[in-house]
Amino acid sequence: MTDARADAGAQSYEGEVLPPPTVRVGPLRWLRENLFSSWWNSLLTVGALALLYVVGKGVLPWALAEADWAVIPASLKLLLVGFYPEGELWRVWTVLFLVLGLLGLSAGLWGKLLREAAVIVGSALLVLLGVLLLADWGERLRVGGLALTLFGGMGLGWLLRLRVAPPRQRPWKRVLILCWFFLPVAVVLLLGGIPGSGLLAGVPRTQWGGLLLTFALAVVSIVLCFPLGVLLALGRQSSLPVIRWAAILYIEVIRGVPLVTVLFMASLMLPLFLPSGWRVDNIIRAITAFTLFTAAYIAENVRGGLQAIPKGQIEAAQALGLGPVLTTFLVVLPQALRAVIPANVGQFISLFKDTSLVFIVPLMDFLGIALDIIENPKWGGPAREMLLFVALVYWFFTYFMSHMSRRLERALGVGER
Amino acid sequence: MRRSLKILSVLVLAAVLVPLASIGQGGGTLGAVQDRGKLICGVNSGVPGFGFLDEETGAFSGFDIDYCKALAVAIFNDPNAVEYRPLTAAARFTALAAGEIDVLIRNTTWTFTRDVDLTANFAPTTYYDGQGFMVRADSGINTIDDLDGATICVLQGTTTEQNLADEFAKRGLSYTPLVFAETAARDQAYDEGRCDALTSDASQLAAIRTKLSNPDEHKILPELISKEPLGPVVRHGDDNWFDIVKWTVFCTMEAEELGVNSGNVDQMLQSDDPRVRRLLGVEGEFGAKLGLSNDWCANIIRTLGNYGEIYARNLSPLGLPREGSLNALWTDGGLIYSPPFR
Repeated sequence: MTDARADAGAQSYEGEVLPPPTVRVGPLRWLRENLFSSWWNSLLTVGALALLYVVGKGVLPWALAEADWAVIPASLKLLLVGFYPEGELWRVWTVLFLVLGLLGLSAGLWGKLLREAAVIVGSALLVLLGVLLLADWGERLRVGGLALTLFGGMGLGWLLRLRVAPPRQRPWKRVLILCWFFLPVAVVLLLGGIPGSGLLAGVPRTQWGGLLLTFALAVVSIVLCFPLGVLLALGRQSSLPVIRWAAILYIEVIRGVPLVTVLFMASLMLPLFLPSGWRVDNIIRAITAFTLFTAAYIAENVRGGLQAIPKGQIEAAQALGLGPVLTTFLVVLPQALRAVIPANVGQFISLFKDTSLVFIVPLMDFLGIALDIIENPKWGGPAREMLLFVALVYWFFTYFMSHMSRRLERALGVGER
Repeated sequence: MRRSLKILSVLVLAAVLVPLASIGQGGGTLGAVQDRGKLICGVNSGVPGFGFLDEETGAFSGFDIDYCKALAVAIFNDPNAVEYRPLTAAARFTALAAGEIDVLIRNTTWTFTRDVDLTANFAPTTYYDGQGFMVRADSGINTIDDLDGATICVLQGTTTEQNLADEFAKRGLSYTPLVFAETAARDQAYDEGRCDALTSDASQLAAIRTKLSNPDEHKILPELISKEPLGPVVRHGDDNWFDIVKWTVFCTMEAEELGVNSGNVDQMLQSDDPRVRRLLGVEGEFGAKLGLSNDWCANIIRTLGNYGEIYARNLSPLGLPREGSLNALWTDGGLIYSPPFR
């Protein structure tokens, strides 16, 4: 048990390039190597265990016996979708089914990275919603359906991968990529509706709230700020002074201003300049502010990546006859972007958490709704339970992001080449 | 490249200037609200009793929220025709000035600078807040004079601390201040019984009371030692709208004075009292003069009740006493008073 399996490295070598062999070790050996490798590490381990015990001794009895968690299931609808009309909730479910089905299929077809993401999302879904929070069997059934869709899609994709020869998988993959491409359009149409139509009547965006709003803000801003940031970084490197100075001015001005100020400007000052009849949607204003703000930081991250590319690479590309555009997009950017994945994901994570600042705009995001619910005198101060729950949800999503980014780095070989 | 830059700059300039040119157009606030089909009300969403989210109904609830609803009833006869904008204290006047909201009902104190400098108009005070005291219900303390010699928990370096010192010096009472830099520490000290009384604004005391380990063992004294009149706020420059907000508030107060409530409003329509008949729109054209329907006030009372009912529904459960406080009707020694409807 304690010995590493000696033959782990001696796997067959059939054409395909295999990943380096994983050395499996027994639990005791693992303990000795990771926790008790020196007297100093042993001391740290014991200290950490003692700390965990002290904290756990306080928290666990409270969480299991004293705490009144009733506030969370009671307000789950508000927390998750805000004021989204009750009769239109099927649209949110449909979106979830669409996204999870696609994720499952892609996970099955492409494998590793996506599969891990799908498994994490699926199990979290089951545990959090199915077991802990939902009392209503109808909702449990739907959550079960969601998990089924996810894992069923995974199975289907996996079968495709096994049974269909790789060249013939291509059209399938293409269709899936196309689906991902059109997914945002479908989601926006479903959630926002088409004003005036019967079945998909418009849902005013002022009624969006809760986790749905947090996601809408974060996802759209992340998707939009990334290309903008890359463009700004390229602009800052440009040899045309007008573009270079414009990019520098933009980046430095935005980076010199707190996010709260940008949001405040976008939401409260902007209407002062617009005519009285003009109303820009609050959500769009917030998304614009987040996008413009984060793009400046992304630009600086990407610039770091750009500057890390050895000059020889560019010269080699030019020697091969590539023009400046092709050099940038085929040689420089792929390497530069790969190098700055950790920094950019860090930026996205902080953007995700910063969406809670929209109480200024004012919008009711996940945290905002939670804070307003616990002011109900009826609950008599179950603030800790609610805040703990909110923190847990934020932690889950941010940790998920950072975990997937680490996996992505490993898959792309960042820091190895 | 250069040419497209030129075109771009012209477009940007146009985008900036065209809207500027049309500033100042548009009708009154009432017209805008009616066109939109709902009222946009700036509220505070995180104050127990005044504004919070009720998870059962999935909507906002509270004293201030009820006045938003009263306005919506006056205009649309529909308490749900309101869109709430939860505002921070810092953003509220900017939001009002920018036209983001039609009315601000967010426990906002009426002061000279806000009224004059911030070009806001304050509708009649709906709640007279002010620095008060919370004590244990079984302590035998019923007035401020009973607090002679008491230990009082107070926040450090605030006007609260100053007011306390001034008031007790004026009354010739002695006290021991227990001073805290943090509200949480102050509240905990009071909860643990380290002081006999806790002083802060009455509405905040009510909020603190809900979070004590046993709220029912504590009471808030009706007497106040500072002035914090809270009420709805509108922008300068739209007198008709200001009138609507003012008289919506007065409607609830006058109704209580005349004994009209949500239960008897329909019988009261048959009343012989001309004051009641005018209030409920049976006689006269009062609603029409505001640009509303004549039964606007009757609708408010039917849907939300009179001032006393709104108070009892939202603030009494928090332990905010009405009897003997400034928020009693003027006939009961308070300040709640409506000019006559005639």
